[in-house]
Amino acid sequence: MNPVDLKYNKEHEYAKVEGNIITFGITDHAQKSLGDVVFVELPDVGATVTAGKSYGTVESVKAVSDISASVSGKVVEVNTSVMDTPDLLNSDPYGEGWLIKVEAEDFAPLESMMSVEEYETLLAQEEH
Amino acid sequence: MNELKRTPLYEEHLAHKAKLIDFGGWEMPVQYVGVIDEHHAVRTKAGLFDVSHMGEIEVRGQDALEFIQMLITNDVSKLEDGRILYSPMCYPSGGIVDDLLVYRYNSQHFLIVVNASNTDKDYAWILKQADSFNVNLENVSDQYAQLALQGPLAETVLQRITELNLSQIKYYSFTHGNIDGISCLVSRTGYTGEDGFEIYVTPEHSRQLWRKILEVGALEGVQPIGLGARDTLRFEARLPLYGNELGAEISPLEAGLGIFVKLDKVNFIGKEVILAQKEQGVPRKLVGLEMIDRGIARSHYPLQKDGQEIGFVTSGSFSPTLNKNIALGLIKADLAIQGQILDVMIRGKAVKARIVPSLFYKRENQTKPKESGVVSDKVLSSIA
Repeated sequence: MNPVDLKYNKEHEYAKVEGNIITFGITDHAQKSLGDVVFVELPDVGATVTAGKSYGTVESVKAVSDISASVSGKVVEVNTSVMDTPDLLNSDPYGEGWLIKVEAEDFAPLESMMSVEEYETLLAQEEH
Repeated sequence: MNELKRTPLYEEHLAHKAKLIDFGGWEMPVQYVGVIDEHHAVRTKAGLFDVSHMGEIEVRGQDALEFIQMLITNDVSKLEDGRILYSPMCYPSGGIVDDLLVYRYNSQHFLIVVNASNTDKDYAWILKQADSFNVNLENVSDQYAQLALQGPLAETVLQRITELNLSQIKYYSFTHGNIDGISCLVSRTGYTGEDGFEIYVTPEHSRQLWRKILEVGALEGVQPIGLGARDTLRFEARLPLYGNELGAEISPLEAGLGIFVKLDKVNFIGKEVILAQKEQGVPRKLVGLEMIDRGIARSHYPLQKDGQEIGFVTSGSFSPTLNKNIALGLIKADLAIQGQILDVMIRGKAVKARIVPSLFYKRENQTKPKESGVVSDKVLSSIA
């Protein structure tokens, strides 16, 4: 279920690395915990984001969640579809529900992120 | 830290894979399959809620009527036996202790139903007021489980398992009878803006009843509904929630509940302040808001006009029925004008919203209008 080619963090966000372009999104576990996503706020193309800092919000009917950047860099693409159709985050978090693409300034923060095995271990621990 | 309380239906929630949350000290289902799906189920079919966490306080005795008259703002003297009244209960300051339902058995016996998270506070408050009255008070919350079956198909489904003629139970009335052979108190009340029933039953029999209702409603798709959808349903129908639209710092007039405040009654707690407020004009008013810009106004977000703070959001959400983002806000009365545009401050950013009528949703074919001062849609639509 959780793709093997992604990096994960404890906030249940993922980063997909393709050259120097990093795609951010939230994990399947995150969308399940949130419930029906009804609003997504994302930065504009050209904005800069900072590793570890919030770059937007994802809101379900009941909750508001900050989403934080895995790396610092410039936003090169924004998934406007999820702004119009927020439930894409529920139906396809790893596909059509991606959030933004960032041109990374520095890859170092990715090294502290988890592999899929480590992330699934974390999920198993959180259940207990 | 106190351990969370559980209702007798806790195991049923687990069986239905509910997501559980702490709600006022109770471990309650916030959703089963999803808030939006559950919301639509109640608007279009019927849904079953566990509301066993609600508090019940029994008032008996020679002075019961007189005591309740003093305690609440609405007038229980004109209420017929077997009928129910909605009312705020106020502090001498005019602020609201809680909003509640009064079930009248007769002039010497009433059942007061209060909000779960306020039960202890309310009971202590009510006890304190009772000194000079010949009444017996009992917090009987643990003796009742409560199920709510709400939605256009509620009567059809429930009728299959009872000899009671449900069509004879008028809006805001109650009766006793057997459902699936279990002795129950049944009232035509609810907190969703739909037709429906609230059923009071002993904790021991609540699971049987819960299962039976879901079983006989399976064909129509009757499903369990969590507190998440309960909140969006009540909010669309402009039914107030304590802690949001109502509180110790908010008067019933400000909250738009003037119709439930009978200033011609001899006396009740809070009357002086509320009367003065009525004469001088209320400082704040509750308004409906519809977002113009992208964003969701949430409870307690500040509201501004021309950079000045003018109030705050009491409830706000995506509305599943209207498919847009709406809110209720308490603002300075002189600015509560339909069509006015104001700013909702969302994480420091001004996001535009328009003042609109606050009754966002009103069900069709509403055949049972208010008779005893319930929060009827008709009444509330005239307030905004």
